Amino acid sequence: MREEWKGFKEGRWVHEINVRSFIHKNYTAYYGDDSFLEGPTEDTLELWGQVSELMKEEIAAGGALDMDTKVISTITSHPAGYINKEKEKIVGLQTEKPLKRALMPAGGIRMAVKACRDNGYEVDPEVIEYFTTHRKTHNAGVFDAYTPEMRKCRSNHIITGLPDAYGRGRIIGDYRRVALYGVDRLIEDKQFQKDTTVSTMSLEVIREREELSEQIRALEMLKELANIYGCDISKPATTLREATQALYFAYLAAVKEQNGAAMSLGRTSTFLDVYAERDLKAGIITEKEVQEIIDQFVMKLRMVRFARTPDYNQIFAGDPTWVTESIGGLDTDGKPLVTKMSFRYLNTLNNIGAAPEPNLTVLWSEHLPENFKRFCAKVSIEHHAVQYENDDLMRPVHGDDYAIACCVSSMRVGKEMQFFGARANLAKCLLYAINGGVDEISGQQVGPEYRAVSGDYLDYDDVMKKYRDMMRWLARVYVNALNIIHYMHDKYSYERLQMALHDRDVKRWFATGIAGLSVVADSLSAIKYAKVKVERNEAGIVTDYKVEGDFPKFGNDDDRVDSIAKEVLHTFISYLRENAAYRDGEITTSILTITSNVTYGKNTGSTPDGRKAGEPFAPGANPMHGRDENGAVASLASVSKLPFTDSQDGISNTFTVVPSALGKNEEERENNLVTLLDGYTAKRGFHLNVNVFDKELLLDAQRHPELYPQLTIRVSGYAVNFIKLTKAQQDEVISRTFHSAL
Amino acid sequence: MLKGKIHSIETFGTVDGPGIRFVVFFQGCPMRCLYCHNPDTWEISDAKLELTAEEVLERMTRNLPFYKSGGITATGGEPLMQIDFLIELFSLAKQNGIHTCLDTSGIFFTEGMRAKIDTLLELTDLVMLDIKHMDNASHRALTGHENVFPLAFARYLNEKKIPMRIRYVLLPGYTDSSECLLALGEFLRGMENLEKVEVLPYHLLGRVKYEKLGLPYALDGIEAATEGEANRALEIIQSKMK
Repeated sequence: MREEWKGFKEGRWVHEINVRSFIHKNYTAYYGDDSFLEGPTEDTLELWGQVSELMKEEIAAGGALDMDTKVISTITSHPAGYINKEKEKIVGLQTEKPLKRALMPAGGIRMAVKACRDNGYEVDPEVIEYFTTHRKTHNAGVFDAYTPEMRKCRSNHIITGLPDAYGRGRIIGDYRRVALYGVDRLIEDKQFQKDTTVSTMSLEVIREREELSEQIRALEMLKELANIYGCDISKPATTLREATQALYFAYLAAVKEQNGAAMSLGRTSTFLDVYAERDLKAGIITEKEVQEIIDQFVMKLRMVRFARTPDYNQIFAGDPTWVTESIGGLDTDGKPLVTKMSFRYLNTLNNIGAAPEPNLTVLWSEHLPENFKRFCAKVSIEHHAVQYENDDLMRPVHGDDYAIACCVSSMRVGKEMQFFGARANLAKCLLYAINGGVDEISGQQVGPEYRAVSGDYLDYDDVMKKYRDMMRWLARVYVNALNIIHYMHDKYSYERLQMALHDRDVKRWFATGIAGLSVVADSLSAIKYAKVKVERNEAGIVTDYKVEGDFPKFGNDDDRVDSIAKEVLHTFISYLRENAAYRDGEITTSILTITSNVTYGKNTGSTPDGRKAGEPFAPGANPMHGRDENGAVASLASVSKLPFTDSQDGISNTFTVVPSALGKNEEERENNLVTLLDGYTAKRGFHLNVNVFDKELLLDAQRHPELYPQLTIRVSGYAVNFIKLTKAQQDEVISRTFHSAL
Repeated sequence: MLKGKIHSIETFGTVDGPGIRFVVFFQGCPMRCLYCHNPDTWEISDAKLELTAEEVLERMTRNLPFYKSGGITATGGEPLMQIDFLIELFSLAKQNGIHTCLDTSGIFFTEGMRAKIDTLLELTDLVMLDIKHMDNASHRALTGHENVFPLAFARYLNEKKIPMRIRYVLLPGYTDSSECLLALGEFLRGMENLEKVEVLPYHLLGRVKYEKLGLPYALDGIEAATEGEANRALEIIQSKMK
C-alpha cells in the first residue's frame, strides 16, 4: 500500500478506483449522541462575518456583487482568490474575488450576455463576437435543431424550464476520488481507458475517445488549479485537511467550468470521517479543528455563484446552486452509514447559522441510529434547512453509495449520471385535451388538432380519453426536445471534469419532470364526482369552469381521487417510455417544481378543479393549498401512494407545521418528527421537506427582511433564503397549508 | 353496525395524548362551556360524517406506521354521548393493539351509565378528564351543569387505576383565582392514577365559529390567558398536591 494510505484497511479500492470499497473497509459507524460536537472557532466566525457582510452587499447590489465580463471561465482561468488568506483552512474561489460571478458562455452566449446586462454589466464585445461567429454554443445548437412544434410548446409554457440556454447540471463527479487517489492515478486510469477502446471507429467510439481526451485534459487542469493555490493534489491526501481540500478543489473545478442548474456535491461526509478518525487517533488534530475544517468547507460551498438572469430566478428563486450533500443512509447489509461526520455536517447549521446551501439531504431509514434521528429532528426544527429522502426506496435501485443530485434525483456516485430537463405542465395538457390542442391563453394551435369537448358539461370518460391522447403527444415532443438538448450539450458544453470523475461505463438516466399533478387529480375528480360546467370565450375556447357540488380532493387519503393521480402518473410515464432516448438513457420522471409552481400557475388558464387562471399550482407533489383537510398524516398518505417505480427521479413533498402542532415541548416535537419521518418512510413516501414555523414569522420577515438575513425555508426539493424570493413567491409560500392544531 | 356521528377527523394530533394520534371529534355535547372553542360540535344532528367503527378505524390502520408511539383519541363534542359506538370503536382499536385515549368531561358518569362505562374503561388506556371548575355553583355558571359527576368520575378512575390526565382551562376572571386552583390541587392530591395536570390558557381562536353559527359569545372583552399565567396556575395547583 502507498505511504499516504497508512492506517487504512486494504481492500479492492487499493487495486481499482473504488471509493465505496474504501469507505466500507474503513468507516466507523457512530451510534452516540451529539454531545461530542464543538462550536465554531474564532477564525471561522470572523470569516463568516466577512462573508455575511459580502452577502448583504450582494443583496443590496440587486443580486450580483460583481461579474466577470471578459475572462472565459475554465478550471485554471483565474488567479487565486481569498476571503482572508490567513484565516482560511480551506481555500479556493470560483474567481479571484469572493462572490464574483464567472463568465461561462459555452451553454449559451445569449444567456451569458443577458445575465450580465440585467445585472448592469456588459460582456466584452470580443467574447460575444467569438461565441457568435467563431465558436458555437449549446444554445445555438439546440435552436438549430428544434422543430417548430417544440418552439411552440416552449413559448406556450406547456414544457417549461428546458435547459437549452445554460448548463444542464445534475451530474455529480465523484470528487472523493481526487482525495483518495490523487489526480495522477486518475489520469493513469483514464489513459488506460483511452488506450483500450474498441478499435473500429464507429460514431460511439470516436465520441468516447474524444471525451476521454477531454477528461484527461480537465484532470491536468485540476492539478494546475491546486497549484495556483500552492497545493499539490497529484498524490493521495495524507490528512483530513488535505482530503477536504482536494475534494473541494475537484468540486471547485466543476463549478468553475459548468454553470449547471444543479451542481451537487455527492455523498462525502462518511468518506471524510475516515480521514478524521485517522487523524484523531494519531493525535494530530482535535475535534474542534475537525469541525473548523468542515465549517469552512461548508462556508465555501455556500459561496458558489452563477451568473443568472432575473427570468431564471422567476422559475428557480433565490439564486440556488443545489450543492446537494447526501448524509446518512444504510449500507446494503443494513448497517448505518452514519458517522460523527454526519453530525458535524449538520452541526454547521448551528455553528454558522442556517443557509440554503449546501442542500443538506438526510437519507432516511427507520433503522438509522436513534440518536442520529433525534439530532436531525432537532436541527430541522431549529433551522428548517434539511430535507429527507427515503433510503429504503433508493438503496435497492442504487446500492449504498448513491447521492442526490439537485433535489430528489438519485444516482450512484461516479457510476450513474442523468440527462435532465424541464417539466411537462400536465394541468395545461388537460386544458389542451379539452380545447383540442388550442392554448387557452394564447389561442394558438399548439397541440394536434384533436376534437375539442362539446356541450356544456364535462364528461369524465370523454375527457380522460382526450387527455390520454394529448399526454401521448406531449410525451413525444418532450422526450425529443430533450434528445436534442442533450446531444448538443455533450457536443458544445461537455462536463469533462465531472465525467473524468466517473467510471468508463456510465449508466445514464433520462430524467423528465411533471408539474401540476394535484391540480390535474382534483380537476378530474371534480369532473367525475361533481358537475363541471364549461364557459367558452367568443373564439369558442373553454377558458373557465363552474364546479357544481363537492368532490374528493387529493391530500385527504381518499382513494377515489388519489387513484386518479396515480393513474395519470402511470399513464404519462408509460407514454414517455414509448420514445427512444438519447444515448440509451433510461426514462424516468419526477414530480418536482422547485418554486416554478408559481410560474406554471401564472401561465396556465383556469382549471376544472376551481383554480382560477394564473393562480399558483401546489409545489411538487403537494396537495393544493388548504385542500388537505384531515391533517398531516392523511396529506402525507395521499402523496405516498404515488409509486416510486413510476416516478423514480423523485416525488417532492413539502411539509410545513407550526411548532405548537408538532408537540408541546422540544422533546415531544423531536419525537413526533422522528415518528412522522419513520411513518412516511414506512409508507414508502419518497421525499419530505420539513418546515417548522408559524405563518407570522414569514409575514414578519416579509415586512422586515433586514432582520432575517439567514431565514431559510424549504420549498420544493431545496431550501431558499426567504428574503430572496419574489413577493409573489413569498405570498405563495405563506398561503401554503400550515398544519396546525387548535 | 352502529354509525357514529362524527364532526371530523384529525390524522395528525400531537396535543391530545402521547405521541402522534388519530383524533376523532365526536359530534354532540350536553355541556355549554362558555369558552368552548368547538361550538360546532354541540348539536348531534349537525354531524358531517356518519361512519361505523370499522370505517373509522380503517382510516387509521392504513397509516399505522405513523401512530406507533401514539394511538387513537376520542374527543369532541362529548364522546360518552355515543358510548355504544365508542365501545365498538375502542374494542376494535384494542383488537389491533392500538393505544386508546378518551378525552371527556365526565358529565355522563351517572348510575345508569355505570355498566357501560365499566365496559369502556376496560378498553381505555388513558383518560383525559376536563375539570372545569371545583366550585359547584361556578361550574354550573360556566357549563350549565353541576360538577358532581365529573369529580366522581375522577375518583372512580383512581379506584380503578385507570391512568388519567387532568385538563383545566384557565379563564381569566372565572377559573384563575388561587382559591379554585388550590381546591383543584387539594382534590387531586394522592390520586395515584394521575399522570399529569395540564393547564390550558384560554384563547380567542374559537370565537369566529360562534359568529359563523350565529351564536352569542358570552366572553366578549375577556382577554386570552398567557402561557406564563398557565404555568403559574399549574404551580399553584401542584403546590397543594405534594
